[in-house]
Amino acid sequence: MSGPRDQTPAVQVRGLVSRFGDHLVHDGLDLTVERGEIFGLVGGSGAGKSVLLNTVIDLKEPDGGSVEVLGVDVHRAPEHERLDLERRWGVLFQSGALFSSLSVRDNVAAPLYEHTRLSRRQIAAVADLKLALVGLEPSAGALRPAELSGGMRKRAGLARALALDPELLFLDEPTAGLDPIGAEGFDSLIKDLRDALGLTVFMITHDLDSLYALCDRVGVIADKRIAAVGTLAELERSDHPWIREYFLGPRGRAAAKGAA
Amino acid sequence: MDQPADFRIEGRREPVLALTGDWTATGLGRAPERLAAALRGEVAGRLDLSGLGRFDTSGALVLARQGRATPQTSGLDARPDVARLLALVEARYPEQADGPAPKPAERRHDWHVLERLGHGTVHFLVDAFYTFAFYGRLLAALARLAVHPSRFRLAPTTALMERAGLDALPIVAITNLFVGATIAFLGADLLAQFGAQIFTVELIGVAVLREFGVLITAVLLAGRSGSSFAAELGAMKMNQEVDAMQVIGVDPFEALVLPRFVAMLLMEPLLTFVAMISGLAGGILVVWTVVGLSPAFFLQRLLDNVGIRHFWLGMVKAPVLAVIIAAIGCRQGFEVGGDVEQLGRRVTSSVVQAIFAIILVDAVFAVLFLAIGL
Repeated sequence: MSGPRDQTPAVQVRGLVSRFGDHLVHDGLDLTVERGEIFGLVGGSGAGKSVLLNTVIDLKEPDGGSVEVLGVDVHRAPEHERLDLERRWGVLFQSGALFSSLSVRDNVAAPLYEHTRLSRRQIAAVADLKLALVGLEPSAGALRPAELSGGMRKRAGLARALALDPELLFLDEPTAGLDPIGAEGFDSLIKDLRDALGLTVFMITHDLDSLYALCDRVGVIADKRIAAVGTLAELERSDHPWIREYFLGPRGRAAAKGAA
Repeated sequence: MDQPADFRIEGRREPVLALTGDWTATGLGRAPERLAAALRGEVAGRLDLSGLGRFDTSGALVLARQGRATPQTSGLDARPDVARLLALVEARYPEQADGPAPKPAERRHDWHVLERLGHGTVHFLVDAFYTFAFYGRLLAALARLAVHPSRFRLAPTTALMERAGLDALPIVAITNLFVGATIAFLGADLLAQFGAQIFTVELIGVAVLREFGVLITAVLLAGRSGSSFAAELGAMKMNQEVDAMQVIGVDPFEALVLPRFVAMLLMEPLLTFVAMISGLAGGILVVWTVVGLSPAFFLQRLLDNVGIRHFWLGMVKAPVLAVIIAAIGCRQGFEVGGDVEQLGRRVTSSVVQAIFAIILVDAVFAVLFLAIGL
């Protein structure tokens, strides 16, 4: 890929304000995610991680500030540019959000049917490839989402997010609810995909092991804005009380030791 | 922004496959088929990637399968990303899976119809059986409730009485007003041909009190409240809320079905009463304006010639129909399984089955009442 747009950051949030009624969630939040990195977002429950993600992927209008993804202003760009943008990112929702009335293969094929002019045969082949990429058995393609285990549902959701080979992948708690072995497999899968496909990954996670294993940089959301951004080593030296507790608590230390 | 994918095959002896445009999911279009046709099973010995735009796994898949390109194919040095993607596809996508398994051959159409008919019949009978089983469970729960009246949940019951009953009052009243008026119009017009226009009063009285008041109300409630029972319980079932109740020691039947059942049982007769009054009001209005008989005359004649008997004959059906609506709605809700499609199907069948049962039971009542001379 070439062109001047590639020099712009993958995600750039400037002065974001979000509120629900009187409740202020973000107040002047700034965030930059560079191309090709795996960026982790952490924060306490109710700190506004999911609201931030929803704002970045255009499910929620911001109450102030701007969001640029891959150089396109998500909320102000003309309709066709936004549609174009939606083909260039993939989103894995927390519970997979698979279409429950379609088989797993059709779930993965859905974006291909919508956005490409490939033949049905070719679409089926691409869908099977994506299922193989995320480590699902070919036989899983014929199953309905209700018949899948939690881990398989996440993998299927990831396969659908990857259907159009996005440049940017958003993951909402990808390893939540997976057993440690499954979570580790998922982590290495994401890393492999990033290396092979040159993805940028933006993930919300609470899994300290994932943070240590995967993320190039981590942003901490606290006090209605990004309190700190940096590599984990930098964050461990932060003197923000919440960050200290998060990374230097017993679980954080165990994860750091595991990753070292 | 995509340049359509294209290719050229140069040279006879050692063909060179030159790719141009964007070999991506969105840029490929029908290039895979054209490539397969052009190569006819031959292997592209060398690749020329100088004209290639963007490239992704879909493009790699086509190249690997239709063009039989491998990471070792020469000419890949120009684009390391292409080589990497080819390696990825090669590693993850074994050759054996050549598209999805072919679908089983289409069954012959005429057998198909018979088969569906058979399935439908069996399904209907099985469904009817389980509906009766549900009535049995309902009776058992009622008996338990009679033994322990303190287990009755008053708050949800009253809330449901309002939502499923009281809120239906305007639509029930208006619909029945129009039904009464329509009967009056048609009746007055027909009976005038015999010079018996005065009998419009009896026609309206018997029709509204004995049949239409209760029937229209039941059908409206089946469409409005029975379906919402099915949808509510079905969504709770999909969300595992019903399972959650079970494990904290709350009988879902007692907590969810009984309040709906009792609310329906109490509200349906009251709504039927309103329906009868507004049906008669519609009749009175038309008889007054079109035929010219005063409301006072109408009511007097109604009392003298129709009497209270038809009112009771209508009223006695109301609780029975209420049981049908509540039970079918709740049962269909509990039957919802994993996916959204089933939810839709169950809500639909709750309405269809309830209306069918209402009409059927009403017909049985009509025959029964005639047989005992009422």
